Amino acid sequence: MSTDTLPLDAAPTESVVGLKQRLRRAERRRKLLYGALILPLALFLVIAFIWPIAALLKRSVDNPEVHGALPQTLAVLKHWSGDELPPAEAYAALAGELAAIRGTPELGAAAKRLNRETPGYRSLIMKTARKMPLAEGVDAQGALMTIDSRWSDVDIWLAIKRTGAPYTAFYMLSALDLTIDADGSLSATPPEESIYLDILGRTFWMSLIVAACCLLLGFPVAYLMANLPQDKSNSLMIFVLLPFWTSVLVRVAAWIVLLQNDGLVNQALMALGLTDSPLQLVFNRLGVYIAMVHILLPFMVLPLYSVMKGISPVYMRAAMSLGCPPFKSFWKVYFPQTLPGIGAGTLLVFIICMGYYITPALLGSPKEQMVSYFIAFYTNQTINWGMAAALSAVLLAATLVLYVFYARRLGASQAPAGR
Amino acid sequence: MQPIADPIVTFRRVQKTYDGENLIVKDLNLDIARGEFLTLLGPSGSGKTTCLMMLAGFETPTGGEIRLDGQRIDTVPPHKRGIGMVFQNYALFPHMTVGENLRFPLAVRKLPAAEIDAKVKRALAMVQLQDFAGRYPQQLSGGQQQRIALARALVFEPKLVLMDEPLGALDKQLREHMQLEIKHIHQSLGVTFVFVTHDQSEALTMSDRIAVFDKGVIQQIDRPDALYDAPANAFVASFIGENNALDGRIEQDDGDSCGVRLADGSFLKAANGGVGRSGEAAMLSIRPERVRIVADADGANRLPAQVEELIYLGDHLRIRLRVAGSTTFTVKTPVSRLDRSPGAGQLVHVEIAPEHIRALAPMPA
Repeated sequence: MSTDTLPLDAAPTESVVGLKQRLRRAERRRKLLYGALILPLALFLVIAFIWPIAALLKRSVDNPEVHGALPQTLAVLKHWSGDELPPAEAYAALAGELAAIRGTPELGAAAKRLNRETPGYRSLIMKTARKMPLAEGVDAQGALMTIDSRWSDVDIWLAIKRTGAPYTAFYMLSALDLTIDADGSLSATPPEESIYLDILGRTFWMSLIVAACCLLLGFPVAYLMANLPQDKSNSLMIFVLLPFWTSVLVRVAAWIVLLQNDGLVNQALMALGLTDSPLQLVFNRLGVYIAMVHILLPFMVLPLYSVMKGISPVYMRAAMSLGCPPFKSFWKVYFPQTLPGIGAGTLLVFIICMGYYITPALLGSPKEQMVSYFIAFYTNQTINWGMAAALSAVLLAATLVLYVFYARRLGASQAPAGR
Repeated sequence: MQPIADPIVTFRRVQKTYDGENLIVKDLNLDIARGEFLTLLGPSGSGKTTCLMMLAGFETPTGGEIRLDGQRIDTVPPHKRGIGMVFQNYALFPHMTVGENLRFPLAVRKLPAAEIDAKVKRALAMVQLQDFAGRYPQQLSGGQQQRIALARALVFEPKLVLMDEPLGALDKQLREHMQLEIKHIHQSLGVTFVFVTHDQSEALTMSDRIAVFDKGVIQQIDRPDALYDAPANAFVASFIGENNALDGRIEQDDGDSCGVRLADGSFLKAANGGVGRSGEAAMLSIRPERVRIVADADGANRLPAQVEELIYLGDHLRIRLRVAGSTTFTVKTPVSRLDRSPGAGQLVHVEIAPEHIRALAPMPA
């Protein structure tokens, strides 16, 4: 309200504009400073995290092999209806291009890609390419049909056209056990070939079981820690964090030692007479559950503890003073206030589980392998980047959907607290 | 302590210790009358909150017995005592709306839904927050939360309501407003209130009776005016209201009154507040507003004084004087009663009527 700093009556609009400009200028410097502070991390994230993920996701729809190897053939086939055999120029273009890339890795990649679409295609391409180049002035159509009669099959040419697009949904659909038929319609992969939906379902189910076990085991510990005096809860905290300080690999190896058929646990059980023959505790689902719950328990306890620490014990007293018995007070008043911690802990454990690789790989049988095992399989063993990227994309999408769902639910339940 | 007919609560020889060495509450005997507003007042650590918590059932007495309506309750768990309680930080359940908070004690008692609705509505009307049933506690101001907490403690119609420093978190103006509001609600309901505070003006404003706690013992329990005008000992005199303390020695003992020789040799007649016989030490307690500043020494109970400092407070003037060796002797006088305010350094006399000087046993060091 000071009129001496703002000559309002002289030129009100101008001075207000001037003030806004000055404010913006002052703000700009601050914003630049903030920007400079987060710039290194932002750059690091873009280069080391966002860009690789984007590149990997692109791989799941990328289809460069045929597109790169046979551009002229594809240009001719572009106008071809697919009802009858392609025109003679298509044969000529194919013969020329096969001759050009004969002996290069490009040919092998294209043949492999076509083989994935139509079994047997690889040998067809290799056989044809070996006979290239054709002699000058020879009719390409006739020559190719002579080399292999399959070149007179419309479906063989349709396969080139289908795989020739620069991008494809093939890998993504495969990851969801779907295929595109020759006529372009979507259908489920035959049951003997479909595995990925099963694996995805198994990944979800095992993650759910592990998260539930962590919650059941972690909740009482977190409650105890939140309600003990500081010094006692600190020493308890060390026990909770202890597993963090050893490598996952060491812990997994330790579990193998403990749980194997002549391991400590089985020896103890037999010594106590609880069982006559050793129980199968490892290299099955039970072993995977035991080890994963052990490894992931801190991720449940810590969020729960931090939420419970913030809940005043006075609420329980208040509930009891209002006539509510102790256990019911806990259930009606204390427990609902821990829901944000339960949500955060469960989601954290669940999401980490979804991507777990080493524990099921070492402690489980083939029936316990989760999605990430197959991602590793495709990247390391068959070098099928498209499939690996597609499975990763499915996993990422599932995780994101879960997270959005959780954020929505939690956002709704915390809205009144947002003051 | 005068006996109370048909008390709602009785404490008999109640003791409480946390560590087995120090008694937080020593030999407490207290009767609470039906429908009264009793305040437990005292500095922190004096045992007042422990007493309240033992009554509520959150602390177990180490010894003695507590009766509610003649029934021993010291072994009854808190949720079966049927005592309403308002907590320091309200303790409204954050995940429930105001309406759900108020329904809670009624739903626990499995009342019919229609009755619950009617009672919740009446309770909200009592604290004038009828339109807030759908809000969450975090969306309310401190004063509104305070009222809801009070409504929740009253909605199930307990005979006894306990309050543990419920106004501590409010600012001064709101606190004064809430003091009157709680007092009016108490008057209209006729429920017994037990209120804990360390704020003596709050206690004086609201209470029918005040129990002054110190070192785990009730020092005095009485009406506010009696506490102020006739403190039983030096602690109560200094804790309640402003007090000028002058040290001296009893020289004559006439029963209700006595004569005291001060350290500087001057002599004052005072009312006997229960001091010992002649020759024993005494502390004279004098309220600042009972002192009259006069020019000369002609009259009874006058002492020479020198003005040290004048503090102008609009409606009244505080004058700090040097009297009988004390430099913190304060006089509070309405501006309208002074013809001419004395200047600092001026030599004057103070006159105090003997009935307004209480000779008390000095505080044990």
